[in-house]
Formats: sequence, C-alpha cells, structure tokens
Amino acid sequence: MRSTSKPSAIDESRPRIDYGSGDPACVVRVLGYWNLRGLAGAPSTFRSEVEAGASRCVDRVWDLTELRALDTAGAYLLWEAWGQRLPETVKLKPEHESAFTRWQQRPLPPIDRIHRPSVAFFRRAIGFLVRVGLHCLELVVLLGQLVLDLLHLLRHPGDTPWREISATIHETGGRALGITALVGFLIGVVVSYLSSLQLRTFGAHIYIINILGLSIIRELGPLLAAILVAGRSGSAMTARIGVMRVTQELDAIAAMGISPSLRLILPKVLALIVSLPLLVVWTDLIALVGGAVSAKLELGISYHQFFSRLPNAVPVSNLLIGLLKGVVFGLSIALIACHFGLRIQPNTESLGDETTNSVVAAITLVILIDAVFAILFRGVGLE
Amino acid sequence: MTTAPVIKIEGVWTSFGDQLVHRDISLGLGQGEILGLVGASGCGKTVLMREMIGLQTPSRGRVELLGQDLAGADVRIQQELRNRCGVLFQGGALFSALTVYDNIAFTLRELRVLDESLIERLVAMKLSMVGLDVGSAMLMPAELSGGMVKRAALARSLIMEPEVLFLDEPTSGLDPVLCEDFISLLRELHRELGFTIVLITHDLDTLSDLCTRVGVLADHRLVSFGSLDDALRCDHPFAVEFFHGRRAQRIFHRLS
Repeated sequence: MRSTSKPSAIDESRPRIDYGSGDPACVVRVLGYWNLRGLAGAPSTFRSEVEAGASRCVDRVWDLTELRALDTAGAYLLWEAWGQRLPETVKLKPEHESAFTRWQQRPLPPIDRIHRPSVAFFRRAIGFLVRVGLHCLELVVLLGQLVLDLLHLLRHPGDTPWREISATIHETGGRALGITALVGFLIGVVVSYLSSLQLRTFGAHIYIINILGLSIIRELGPLLAAILVAGRSGSAMTARIGVMRVTQELDAIAAMGISPSLRLILPKVLALIVSLPLLVVWTDLIALVGGAVSAKLELGISYHQFFSRLPNAVPVSNLLIGLLKGVVFGLSIALIACHFGLRIQPNTESLGDETTNSVVAAITLVILIDAVFAILFRGVGLE
Repeated sequence: MTTAPVIKIEGVWTSFGDQLVHRDISLGLGQGEILGLVGASGCGKTVLMREMIGLQTPSRGRVELLGQDLAGADVRIQQELRNRCGVLFQGGALFSALTVYDNIAFTLRELRVLDESLIERLVAMKLSMVGLDVGSAMLMPAELSGGMVKRAALARSLIMEPEVLFLDEPTSGLDPVLCEDFISLLRELHRELGFTIVLITHDLDTLSDLCTRVGVLADHRLVSFGSLDDALRCDHPFAVEFFHGRRAQRIFHRLS
C-alpha cells in the first residue's frame, strides 16, 4: 500500500542506472543508494543486470555525481561491471573516489576456503574406536593421578580440601533430594501398580513386597539416583571445569603451585562417592513409600504389614549391593565428568559438545556397570 | 550532509539499584568526529557506550543516535540503527565457533541478498583494510594472537561500513608497537571511510594522536567535554591526576 502512495521515494533510494536513450553520446547516470543497505533492497537479478548493462556502455560518459551513497560493495559492483577499471570519462564526487581507488590499489588474492573433505564410513568407524580407546587410557591416567593424590593426602592430611568436598556433597547430594524423591516416588507407584495388576490374577498379593523390595533396593534405586546425578551434577562439573579452562583459571591454579587435580577433581570424586550412596538410600526409601501407597490402594496391604515384612522378604545383602553400586557409580560419574571437562577447548562449540558427551558417557557407563554387577552378584541376596 | 549531531545525550542519569553511575550527563557529537572517553575504572564509561548503542536504557534522560530517540523507537528501527553502527568489544567478542571469514561474513549473510562471490570479495577487502592476510581467514578465533583478534573484530565491525564506530578499549592488551599500528590503522580508516568514532581508552597516546574530542568521566559526571586542551585545563582531581601525572607529563612533554 505504501509503495503505491509514495512511489517516488522508493524509486529515488533504489540503486539503478539510467542509460538514457540508445544514443552512444548520451551520458549514463548512476542513481540511488549504492551501499549495502540500498543493495539489500534491490532485486536478486540486479547484479547480473548491472554487469550486462554496464559492460556494454563502458565507453560512454559516466556520471556518478547524483549518487546518494556509495560504499565498498556498491563500488565493487560497478568496478566489476566495468571490467575492473574505471571508464575513460567518469564524473565522480570527490568523497566517492576512495571507494574505487581501494579496489584499484589492492589486488586481493582470492580467499582459499578449505572445505573439510567428508571421511569415509569405514575410516570414521576406526576413528571412533581409536577415540574410545584414548578416552579409556586417559581415564586410567586420571584415576592413577587420583590414587597418587590420595597417597599424598595420607602423608599430609592437612592438605585435604575439606571445604570443597563438603560444598560438593551439598551441591550434588543435598540439593538433589527433591528431584530424586519425586522421581523415586513416581517410579515406586508405577512399578507397584503394574505388578499388583499381575499378582492379583494369581492371588499372590503378598509377594508385592518381595518384588518391590528386591527391584527397588537392588536395581531401581541406585540406577535412578545415578542417572539423575549424572544428568544434574555430571554436566555441571564438566561445564565448570571447562569454563575454568576457557578463562585460564586452571592455569592460574597450576601457576600458584596448587595441583588442579587435588583441588578440583579429587574433591568432586570423593564428594560423589559419599553423596551418591546416601542418595541411593533416600531414593530407595521414597520409592518404597510410593510402592506401599500404591499397594495399599490396589491390594489392601497395610503400611505396617508392608514395612514389617520387608526385612524378611529382602535379604540385607541387597541393600549392601545397592550401596556398593552407589559408590562405584559416584566414582565413575565424577571421573567421566572431570575427564570431559578437562578436554574442553576454549570455544563455545566444544563446551556444548563435551558436556553432552560427558552426560551420555556417564549414563552409558552407569548402565554398563550395572550389568556387570548383575553378573558378578548373581548368586548373592536372591535366595 | 546535515550538521545534526550523530550522537546526542541529554540529561542522562543511570543507577543500578542504589548505586549511582551517571548524574546528569549531556553531550553531542558531530559527523566525523572522534570522541575519546576517559575515566577511572568502574566509572561507567562502558555503560555510557552501551547506552549510546541502545544495549542499555538509562534511568532518566534521552539518548539520540543518528537523529533517532533510542528509547522511543520500535524494535525494527532500533535494529536498523544498529546496522548503521559498528561495535568493537573489549575482548573482541568473535564467535568462537566460526572461522574469521565466517565471523566477518556473518552480517552480510544475514542480509540474505548478496551472493557468496560478492561476500568473498568484500571480506577480502576488509581483511586487507585491517592488515590481515587472506591466510588467516580460515583460522578459528582461538588460534589468533591478541592483536589479530582485535583486527579481525575490527574487520567484522566495519563490514557494514558503519556511520558510527564504537570501540571499547581498542588498544588494551596490545604491545606498544601493535598499539601504534592499530591507532594509525584507525586513523587511516577514518580518513578513508569518514565515520564517527566513540572510543574508550586509558591510553594517552591514543587520545592525543587520534581524538578530536575528549570526554572525562569522574564522580558520576562528565567533568570535561571538548578538545584535548579543554581536558588538560580541567581542574577536577581525577583529570589533574590523569593528564598531569608523571606518566602524562612524559608523553605530553615528548609531544611539545
């Protein structure tokens, strides 16, 4: 609508060339805004039109004094159209001369834009395996460094970073109580509800306690807590260490003669080794409560009956296995998080990539370790 | 060309919570001038510059950029105004995930009308204007030295051929030789492209070599705004310390 009401204003600002009549003696006038903003409004065929038109008329008299604006981009279009030279007779405003001299004086070599060639699938697969191997090697090195740090602490107990350890326990344990409770309760309700539907058809109501006790204490509790912590605290640890690398804080610590592994990595590992088993107990407890609620509603098993039969139904070795899993999961999540944090390069892309890798690797490893536990302890606590 | 001021600030007050940063600051800057803002660390130089660009709104007062009131303008007009400005941030603020080439070409591609060959020529031109060779175009920002980061960031801020260029401590972190290079580069570009420059600096050499106007911020106020001589005559304790301290005397003595 506006363009119909004020056509002249639009026309005057548009970059264009007035070739006049077909007469070769006629002056060619360049009009409008020949800068990036003006060119941005021009149609997409504009460049080819200019080149075709101007190259035919390069011998005529060019008048650029009526130009509204000219910048490097606009000058380049004309310059290219004229065949990389100025026409023999051209009228220029003095302030526009520099735009052309810039192109005239600087022979610019083309920028060699390297496109990384795509790698064949086979090569990529081998590369992936090699990377996994290197990760494992680096993890072992990190673990060895931690053992050395622990030995150092045994000899110099005063160096123990208590404050960092306690802060990390609070961060990874205390502040995760809410989310683990919520998830644990819901899973307890769901498992209990689904099992009770099956058990009712067999009339085996009372076995809900065995099923829930065993599956939650031995399997679900540790796994849930570990996966939540890997997503919550593992990613935070990776990002924190990574940003410290970006802002050179890691170098600053090393330059002060303080071992970064002792002050940054060891506290995180020790704290998770402490806090994850505690979280496992908490998650177990809340999930069992959820299960008991659902069992009462579905099967009419009273809370007293549920919790008094639980110790008989589930041998205590299951609880110990669950706690042991918590310790191992805590160790591996913290190690993985720190390992990927130390790999972060000082750019935004790498920060995102390594944090993702850290969470994915930690969760995968947790499930792998869980499988190993299932095989190792297949004869323990299952009657 | 109109003689209307490129930047006009009227009665600007800024405070963050209880903390007062600016008290009643007014200034006007004409086309093609180079304003150097000096002041003690933490006296609100960067905040004032962010208000000029419209990244931050003052608590009271008016800021006009290229004849438009920033606070009253709608989002599209603000966007257009920012397209006419180039900003060089203190740390360069190059996008670390993109190569130097892609960093500089970024705004051009955002226009969505230029073809890639034209973009390539324009980027090559800007690289050569700031004194970088084409070999560095494909490097990542993390692979550049401090001086190259500044140059690449300058090329990025110049790519739209801005009418106003804002520079936040352009020479900090550069060695004296690079610093001098950078200043003469800026002077050359200013002569060639004729933009208006606002720059924050602690460097007396930069002030005396480059700036046509000097603004001194101290005690939340603009205690001096005018030529370098005006600033030298200013009797505010900070200005006296800054322009007549031992360091300053060395430099100005050498000049005279």
